[in-house]
Amino acid sequence: MGTEKQLYTISIYTENNIGLLNRISAIFQRRHINIESINTSVSEIEGVSRFTILVSMTEDQIKKILGQIEKQVEVIKAYYHNEEDTIYQESCLFKIKSDLLFEERQIQNIIKESNARIVTVNKEFFVLEKSGRRSELEQLHRELSAFGIMQFVRSGRIAITKDKLKITEMLNAFKN
Amino acid sequence: METVTSKQKEYLEQPKERISGSEAIVRCLLAEGVEVLYGYPGGAIMPVYDELYKYEGKINHVLTRHEQCAAHAAQGYARISGKVGVAMATSGPGATNLITGIADAQIDSTPIVCITGQVPSHLLGSDAFQETDIVGISTPVTKWNHQITKASQIPEVIARAFYIARSGRPGPVLIDITKDAQFEEFDFQYKKCTGVRSYKPVPEIDENSITAAATLINSAKKPMIVWGQGVILGKAEEELKAVIEKTGIPSAWTILGASAIPTAHPLNVGMVGMHGNYAPNVLTNECDVLIAIGMRFDDRVTGKLDEYATQAKIVHFEIDPAEIDKNVKTDVAVLGDAKASLKKLVSLLNTNSHPDWLQKFKDLYTIEYDKVIKNDLHPTAKGLTMGEVLKEINSQTKGEAAIVTDVGQHQMIACRYADFNVSKSNITSGGLGTMGFALPAAIGAKMAAPEREVVAIIGDGGYQMTIQELGTIFQNKVPVKIVVLNNEFLGMVRQWQQLFFDKRYASTEMVNPNFVAIAQGYYIEAKKVTKRENLAAAVKEMIASDEPYFLEVCVEKENNVFPMVPSGASVSEIRLE
Ligand SMILES: Cc1ncc(C[n+]2csc(CCOP(=O)(O)OP(=O)(O)O)c2C)c(N)n1
Repeated sequence: MGTEKQLYTISIYTENNIGLLNRISAIFQRRHINIESINTSVSEIEGVSRFTILVSMTEDQIKKILGQIEKQVEVIKAYYHNEEDTIYQESCLFKIKSDLLFEERQIQNIIKESNARIVTVNKEFFVLEKSGRRSELEQLHRELSAFGIMQFVRSGRIAITKDKLKITEMLNAFKN
Repeated sequence: METVTSKQKEYLEQPKERISGSEAIVRCLLAEGVEVLYGYPGGAIMPVYDELYKYEGKINHVLTRHEQCAAHAAQGYARISGKVGVAMATSGPGATNLITGIADAQIDSTPIVCITGQVPSHLLGSDAFQETDIVGISTPVTKWNHQITKASQIPEVIARAFYIARSGRPGPVLIDITKDAQFEEFDFQYKKCTGVRSYKPVPEIDENSITAAATLINSAKKPMIVWGQGVILGKAEEELKAVIEKTGIPSAWTILGASAIPTAHPLNVGMVGMHGNYAPNVLTNECDVLIAIGMRFDDRVTGKLDEYATQAKIVHFEIDPAEIDKNVKTDVAVLGDAKASLKKLVSLLNTNSHPDWLQKFKDLYTIEYDKVIKNDLHPTAKGLTMGEVLKEINSQTKGEAAIVTDVGQHQMIACRYADFNVSKSNITSGGLGTMGFALPAAIGAKMAAPEREVVAIIGDGGYQMTIQELGTIFQNKVPVKIVVLNNEFLGMVRQWQQLFFDKRYASTEMVNPNFVAIAQGYYIEAKKVTKRENLAAAVKEMIASDEPYFLEVCVEKENNVFPMVPSGASVSEIRLE
């Protein structure tokens, strides 16, 4: 129980602090845990940041890691979730030669079917954006590879939980 | 709760006043009740030293001979008093020299605040002279750290630093302050910090967990308590004693828990761990309920984890949620402050006694006595043992002394044999095992508790790691008693070489200088003992002295510390020889 590795998403609400990324990543580094992806952004609460970290580990491990994360003074609260607990997305960008867009009809079909979006087109290249599950992104990457990709980049996972996270309540409790 | 002295009030919540950042730093320290700090000056912290000069008489800065020792002195100060120790250093090498002390304070939960100077903010990141990223470097070994680049941030950040260092599970905080912020003037006012919204130092006690703990304890046939430093940090000594005495539970301690309950208490069954006592180690694997209080199941305590107390139900009283289930899975976790938790617990416990179970501890003690203790304390061989030195110190200080130890064989012997009548009397580097800790820590301890006898017990190896602090002792007339147990070896490493590396004594033999002459070179009274018949008189003279005193005792070169749980073995496989 809790001893099989799986993908977990960690959501961390924090004070906006310069050194915190260093503190948090050190927790993983010390234990030789590879971070699959990490994203930091503002959250729904003003002045509060949100880290979204994707890791593959056992449930036993992640509980301990969460303890270490929450122990950091500037961390308000940390949660971990399964795939089923969250709605999640990644997004990616492709830079591709413009000629192909006009010469290869198949590319137009791929774009249409994958629900990818053309962000910009100029004489030399066009940029394609796609958000979704990792598998969809990978499929699109495979299909376009055949034609040649000039540049590719994929973002870290971002995730929203289905359940309520009671951060605002926690912060209000401090005021009282 | 914390008391605020009238002297502190002079600096607390006074009307705003325009002063420099560096003066503000000194006033912040005064407002926090700091009377003494340890440090070493240099370019990037000079404005603060200039203010310390102006505030002489109000605050005492002690110049150590190395920044590492400033941190250790601050630790010794904190460990004996329960107050926050303060260390100060310049940027670059001054700051990096603090790191060993900071790491030690982190792993042993010691509240210290370290203040470092930093290059002016416009030079940050330019590889300026004596610039190091000390915030980056200290991040993994601090409870919290922060860099200040504007004078106006000083009061709030320093207030927060003290609050974080001392609250909850204590720890070290480092504040790095750029030189321009030290020079800058601003409207100063100091308010103490009473909370940080993202930080919950003490978890609320769940009454259900207390009830569950009480139920388990009340139904136990062979319960055993293992307490740690959490009891001392949480000032829960009386509460623990009440629990022990009401239930009659045999109680053992981790190295950092030593002295919370007097050594002579009939239910005190000794130390657990690698060189702990035989009975509590063996019976850890026989008890039915193991009650851990303010301890963290360090690997030196548990030995092989998957053979540690597997038969027992585990109850864990702990302030730090991250410690629950970290190493040992608990059946009942009681989160919260030890004092409050034990107070609630005791009223739910049945008055009880466990004479047969306690007898088992006594029987195993007898075995340990015959095989180990007798030879340590009443040796028949010619050479002096470390144990008999401890016995002599015990009898002449009547167990009232604070014992500050370094790291190695002498440390284990001291912790095993020192008599402790008073809490906060065992000051040692437990988690990090920092050689060189004892001499500077003893300085801090003696200055924080001048009324107490402070005896540093150090090996000939570790002594030479921070021997230069004799200068600090001499200059500041700190009447610590220094005992070097000289076996002309890095004894503990030599012991391992003997037991596990076929006596290949690689780089553990020490050719030592004339220690007495060195102490005398610092104008410290010094004596050397090589014979048993001279020991008692020498210890007597040392204890009688009102001044710093150095005593070298030449002990048997190749004695070993037993019992011993070999690394990787289970606690019940503890060896007596
Ligand atoms: C700074 C540091 N370096 C190395 C060690 C490893 N070490 C642990 S005990 C020990 C030997 C200590 O020798 P000594 O100070 O003479 O004390 P003894 O064991 O002989 O009592 C050493 C080298 C350590 N704990 N700390």
